[in-house]
Amino acid sequence: MPVKVASEWLNSCSGCEIAILNLGETLLDLLPELDFVHIPVLMDHKHLGQLGDKEHMEIPKATVGLLSGGIRNEEHMEVALEMRKKCDILIALGTCATHGGIPALINSFGNDQLMDRYYTTESTDPKGGETAASKGCSPLLQRCYALDEKIDVDIYLPGCPPHPDHIAAAILALLKGETPELPFKSVCDTCPTIRKGKGDVKEIKRFVASPEFDPETPIDTMRCLLEQGYLCMGPVTRAGCSGATGEAPKCISARVPCRGCYGPVKQEGNQLLDMLNALASNGMDVRDLPDRANLLRFSGAHNRLVAKKERK
Amino acid sequence: MGKTINIQPLSRIEGHASIEIKLDDTGNVDKAITHFNSLRGFEKYVEGKPAEEVTRIVTRICGICPWHHHMASVKAVDGCFDAEVAPAGNMLRECMQNMAHINDKILHFYFLAAPDFVMGPDADYSVRNVIGIAGAAPDLARQVIKMRQKGQMMMEKFAGKVIHPIAGVPGGFSKPMNESQRQELLKDTEELLEFAKFSMKHAKEEIFPKYLDSVKTLGVINTGFIGTVADDGALNFYDGKLRLMKSDGTFEDFDDSDYLDHIAEYPMDVSYGKYPYAKSWNEGFSMDLDAPKGVYRSNCLARLNVCDHISTPLAQAELEEFRSSFGRPAQLTLLYHWARLIELVYSCEKTKQLLEDRAITDPTTRNSVTPKAGRGVGHVEAPRGTLIHDYTTDDNGCITSANMIVGTTHNLAPISMSVEQSARMLIKDGHVDETILNQVEMSVRAYDP
Repeated sequence: MPVKVASEWLNSCSGCEIAILNLGETLLDLLPELDFVHIPVLMDHKHLGQLGDKEHMEIPKATVGLLSGGIRNEEHMEVALEMRKKCDILIALGTCATHGGIPALINSFGNDQLMDRYYTTESTDPKGGETAASKGCSPLLQRCYALDEKIDVDIYLPGCPPHPDHIAAAILALLKGETPELPFKSVCDTCPTIRKGKGDVKEIKRFVASPEFDPETPIDTMRCLLEQGYLCMGPVTRAGCSGATGEAPKCISARVPCRGCYGPVKQEGNQLLDMLNALASNGMDVRDLPDRANLLRFSGAHNRLVAKKERK
Repeated sequence: MGKTINIQPLSRIEGHASIEIKLDDTGNVDKAITHFNSLRGFEKYVEGKPAEEVTRIVTRICGICPWHHHMASVKAVDGCFDAEVAPAGNMLRECMQNMAHINDKILHFYFLAAPDFVMGPDADYSVRNVIGIAGAAPDLARQVIKMRQKGQMMMEKFAGKVIHPIAGVPGGFSKPMNESQRQELLKDTEELLEFAKFSMKHAKEEIFPKYLDSVKTLGVINTGFIGTVADDGALNFYDGKLRLMKSDGTFEDFDDSDYLDHIAEYPMDVSYGKYPYAKSWNEGFSMDLDAPKGVYRSNCLARLNVCDHISTPLAQAELEEFRSSFGRPAQLTLLYHWARLIELVYSCEKTKQLLEDRAITDPTTRNSVTPKAGRGVGHVEAPRGTLIHDYTTDDNGCITSANMIVGTTHNLAPISMSVEQSARMLIKDGHVDETILNQVEMSVRAYDP
């Protein structure tokens, strides 16, 4: 019997769904064992019936639910609740679902500040602004929430996007009746660059110049980017971006520092506090950071990022 | 008042939208409204961020076309910092951006749109999808999946991350391409070009002829168009001037930094999305089907309409054939699919051209830049249309204001109009069924929103 799978996307970009497609032929080979009952990116099953005449949203029952994106408006909330109700095992797919992801950066601002800017950008016609988004648009919630702030989550699969290898491994484990789990390792634990202990550079450099490396030699001949003085979130970020390939973390392989897209090493970790600690223990001056909130750019849900007026 | 039909969510598109069709007492369409429901607020939350970091934040606007946001953004930051871009870095950016077009077109044509044509608009929803195609035409499906995968993995292997890229940096590209990488990518691109040629031929022989009647009627509207052309008027995805064409074929060209003189966005009550219109036509904005005002379209059909020619031979031959059949500008909405395949051929040919130039392997790909106050407008042609990022920075090189007009938003008004047109045409005297509702959605899918 194929396993029934339902998939939905909330406050997201569709990168997680593209990561599923990036399984390529592996997905094709898995298809006989999977029965997709609802997946809007690929399939026309509708929330309100195929004739659009039902009053209440309905998603078919499924054994496995894949849910990407955080929860930002009332419609997301309704879809999340329906997915929870209908899926035996719910997977929070991607860092938006597990920690809010990039869209949770909005949590540093109130909805009024967002609307003020959105409707006064340089190209916005001031006419029509009064009644904007007043008919049939789902009202925003106060913040952008990770899924587990609103519903129970069974499996966390972070990543922006999650590596297809981990998506496949999770599905295969579930097919066998096992519980999949990513290892709790840091990006640094999987990074082959040369670390000599403490770096010689004490000021934190912005990434506006090239680090030192020889493009003709492998990545394991490059000095650790943090020890070269560039902010790199590797120490406080969960490993996994290169999947099961055994290769270097993806951004590092492009000679670019990590920004933390897999979220904290442990689900409840705090990338900002952990990184400030890591920098300080390397003897680096954290006052050089132009924008500290930037360290929470992938994990601003769970009340990590809050609007200034709420902070009092 | 009659009943209301809610098509929710729109499917086989990227993004969140729904259609509300209100019928009158006789069962005919009173109103057909398309709601665009997503609002994340990138323009707000990039404020205060170091500009060079924003290039790897805005990628999350779209997981299907992150390369294009990445490129428009690095170009905007180049502008803010007065960066001199290393020539090889610029070539690598252009090469990767064209390569990203290849995968996107395979994705849209085969995974999202083709089920309506291969399985038929009236097939049951449970098989009217790429999984259904895998069952009905397994060899074709495997080939399609392999080719899309190849396109994605060749980018990932070279540039580190294919979904949400990081290799574009102000001043250039983060790493050089060596000779063996160049040759490997060239070989893969040649394979993709063969697949593109097959796709074009297959569609012209096996798919499009069956749907010519639908092409002539479904979602048909009359509008202007926008796109990017090189100095000689050739189609270009990465750089050039913007060309805004009226429905009569007359056009104006302008620099991207002057976009505010030509385009404005109109907020609507039915959507979070704002509806761009041609401000420079001085006729206001109206989505009236018989007399639209200020409405223009973007994406592939628009680009093929505005360009004078294509700089690569196979795509140019296809363009000539297309124009002799449908004229310039071509208005029929379902022709977007045809135009998309011509662009698939072009993006393969263009990528191949860029990789054939050994200058792309120059080891200097990145110049240092200095954060400073400034303004920069960067634009590219994303698969879904003209993509504009406009940033202003403070003395510390952090963003003080950001404005973005992304590809699909240019098409919000045209999509809404095509939906209304097809709903009014297809729903008569209370008769409505799944096939009709899917056909209404097909008029949206053509735009690949």
